[in-house]
Amino acid sequence: FSQVQHNNYILFCRICVITLAEAHPLLQSGKTIKSINYQISANCSRLQNKVSGKSKRGAQFLTELAPLCRISSTDGEEYTIYSCIRGRLIEVNENILSNPTILQEKPSTEGYIAVVLPKFEESKSITQGLLTQKEYEEVLLKR
Amino acid sequence: MSSLTEKDRPIVQLLLNTGTCPRCILRFCSVGSQMLYRHSYKDLMKVLKEFLKNNQEKEDTVCFDAVDPPCKRIRLEHPEEGPEDLNHNGVLQQIPQVNDENTAVENLAVKACNVCLGILQEFCEADFVKKVCQKVNSADYQFTSFVFSVSLPPQLSVRERAAWLVLKQEMRNLGISLAKDDIVQLKEAYKWIIHPQLSEELGVFFLKVFLFEVSVVFAHPETDEECHFLATACPDCFKPAKNKQSVFTRMAVIKALEKIKEEDFIKHFPCPPSSPKNLCVALEIQCNNGAVFVAGRYNKYSRNLPQTPWIIDGERKLESSVEELISEHLMAEFKADSFNFSSSGREDVDVRTLGNGRPFAIELVNPRRIHFTAEEMKRLQQTINTSSDKIQVRDLQLVTREAIGRMKEGEEEKTKTYSALIWTDKAIQKEDIAFLDDIKELKLDQKTPLRVLHRRPLAVRCRIIHTMRSEYIDEHHFRLHLKTQAGTYIKEFVHGDFGRTKPNIGSLLNRTADILELDVESVDVDWPPTL
Repeated sequence: FSQVQHNNYILFCRICVITLAEAHPLLQSGKTIKSINYQISANCSRLQNKVSGKSKRGAQFLTELAPLCRISSTDGEEYTIYSCIRGRLIEVNENILSNPTILQEKPSTEGYIAVVLPKFEESKSITQGLLTQKEYEEVLLKR
Repeated sequence: MSSLTEKDRPIVQLLLNTGTCPRCILRFCSVGSQMLYRHSYKDLMKVLKEFLKNNQEKEDTVCFDAVDPPCKRIRLEHPEEGPEDLNHNGVLQQIPQVNDENTAVENLAVKACNVCLGILQEFCEADFVKKVCQKVNSADYQFTSFVFSVSLPPQLSVRERAAWLVLKQEMRNLGISLAKDDIVQLKEAYKWIIHPQLSEELGVFFLKVFLFEVSVVFAHPETDEECHFLATACPDCFKPAKNKQSVFTRMAVIKALEKIKEEDFIKHFPCPPSSPKNLCVALEIQCNNGAVFVAGRYNKYSRNLPQTPWIIDGERKLESSVEELISEHLMAEFKADSFNFSSSGREDVDVRTLGNGRPFAIELVNPRRIHFTAEEMKRLQQTINTSSDKIQVRDLQLVTREAIGRMKEGEEEKTKTYSALIWTDKAIQKEDIAFLDDIKELKLDQKTPLRVLHRRPLAVRCRIIHTMRSEYIDEHHFRLHLKTQAGTYIKEFVHGDFGRTKPNIGSLLNRTADILELDVESVDVDWPPTL
């Protein structure tokens, strides 16, 4: 990655909710969101993701480098939010499309980006690869 | 009263010559009188040979005297025949018994039938009946009626077909047509003979609607491979399935026999079938009682108790469970093999069930005891209630399988009431929550909660909150009583589940809300009947 990724992961059993982490540029004061786009390429829109059944068949499969969405701010900057984990895309948050302010006001709850379900076998290793809140803060201090 | 007529003569002659036992011969002659099959092996053999000896010119019929019990001698129509003549040499080679220890030994000396492989020979006799009853009595079951089921090796169908083909040919030569459908089924004849004996020995009746089942599996390993030729002739009848040991099941063999052409059959299988060296063996004699159902309502007072055992990767995460606390006593009293617990919905580990409790039903599989008085059920209920303070049961009673349907309908259709302790981030005053009491039939759109999303499909559920009643506690707490449609996720209605349940308490109050405690106040199903 050319930019440092600031993703926050909230875990419910095997389900991962991806949100912006506190040090993400978009969450700093002075930033206003201009637009959020889930169309990440000509052929792929995260909004067209459809899953069915318990095993979530038909889901778009994400690798670490898979973009979830692109967010542009009024000052001309553009940020791509990457998955950074492998798994099936369950849903993206459509509420932030109609109401972008919740992304900044409630980034860890109503302003979430996406819900991902990693493969059963990879679940444990993915969890272990994440930083705890404390470890994250230590990384920030070192910068 | 059924009898053998002239047209049966060639059938009897041919089958006797090729090694078929008397009872199978009766079957092939379409003799439909059950009583006749219960005559002893010796008597039947005698009668058949007498029948063959009779002059063909006379219109002879062999009459079995149905009035006499089977153990008595059979009266023949022609008194000039010497009734005491015991030295007939039939075609079957009977080894004369010098040491007459018991009558059963005589039967063992008889050659195994080439069609039934001994099922209608040895396994109809008193000795086998005694063996079965011994097994039943030692298993110590309570029952009032029974059914006897039998599993026969598939090669019997093949041998029956082979014998019939030979007969058909023979009869065709004589200008007589033979209908396959008139032949008495082997299993049917076997049950005609053995049911009354079992009934008498066990002292109970055989009824069509059964609860207690005695089952015997017969096998004849010597001839197990006889079916295999059918696989080459009709390969699509024999598809290997994961759970089946052998591809040659009874159903598959019968299907193949219906498909295969006569010429192909005769090419691959000896007609008539050969005489085997050994009789069948009874592999297993098993007893199984029909399930009984116990219903009731349970209260749950612990906030640390799952409904079913919580085990991940073989490790138990929380001690015990609602179903185990109730079922262990029932299992002990009913002496069942296993149980199936079901209830009208369920609650989370940390949720209490108050009020009248939640209806449940437990299926007890293969119980040894089935008769319980109302008093005994009451005592059983008491035992459960004194054994644990985490759960309590009421209205414990025996119910039928059909009654379970009422409980399950409750799960999807009936309302529930709850009490939730709610926390808010920003301060609230009494006036801020009063409006909740006036909201009726609030429609919710609930996406599958994140906490269950790993094991449920993603969907949006439309649910209704019928009424609410708020109780102010302090600036950050209040209690909410709600009456909701079945299937509503209460916790998610309170905290909003990342905005995936709309509306929610947070959005209604314009604050961030969370749920601290949840209790089920009532499950509005009026089943099982209150005692």
